[in-house]
Amino acid sequence: MLITIKYFGQLTEITHLEEEYLDFEGTQVSELLDTLYRKYNTLKTKDFQVAQNQELVDENTKLTGQEIALLPPFAGG
Amino acid sequence: MTNKKPKNVFKQGAISSEFIGESIAKHQTKTSIGAHNIFLGQVRADVIDEKTVAAIEYTAYEDMANTKFDEIREAAFEKFELTCMHIYHSLGTVKAGEICLFVFVSSPRRKVVFKALEYIVEEIKAKAPVFGKEIFEDETHQWKVNS
Repeated sequence: MLITIKYFGQLTEITHLEEEYLDFEGTQVSELLDTLYRKYNTLKTKDFQVAQNQELVDENTKLTGQEIALLPPFAGG
Repeated sequence: MTNKKPKNVFKQGAISSEFIGESIAKHQTKTSIGAHNIFLGQVRADVIDEKTVAAIEYTAYEDMANTKFDEIREAAFEKFELTCMHIYHSLGTVKAGEICLFVFVSSPRRKVVFKALEYIVEEIKAKAPVFGKEIFEDETHQWKVNS
């Protein structure tokens, strides 16, 4: 399953990119996060929420592919 | 949620007083309106560890944010008797003292607009995936978090 992963705000300072594509075999959001934690050491120390196809989800959610976004605390307005 | 593409609320850079003035003027033909209420978010020159914030650089998960703004707008129309509502948020650099958020609600009656405006602004702060990098005068930065 090809997943687009988007990073925002301070998380881009860890990943040094805003978007990447990952061919991923896992089934849960948590498995994807574990993979990302291995790739980006300090990511785990950061506060963020996960959106799947633009809806906030928790770690136990089933991956449905398409688009995952890692969202640090909001600062609008 | 409807399938139509949500309206884009984002504007590049600060929201000018001319734009705000023109928005007000456009409502003069809508004569069922008896009360407008406007919220303007302004970038504050906070001083943190003796360093002063010179600007905020805004980024957003734009597609999701526009969907959220649309949901907030729909919910506000359900909750309050509003004639119209407009939301604009900046992207990119907004200097201290400039406007980064413009929310404009209108109704036949005044009491409604006070409640509606507070509801909408609080929803935006809590739900819109917008991110702010506070740039200090010495060009270092920190990431803003809504309290």
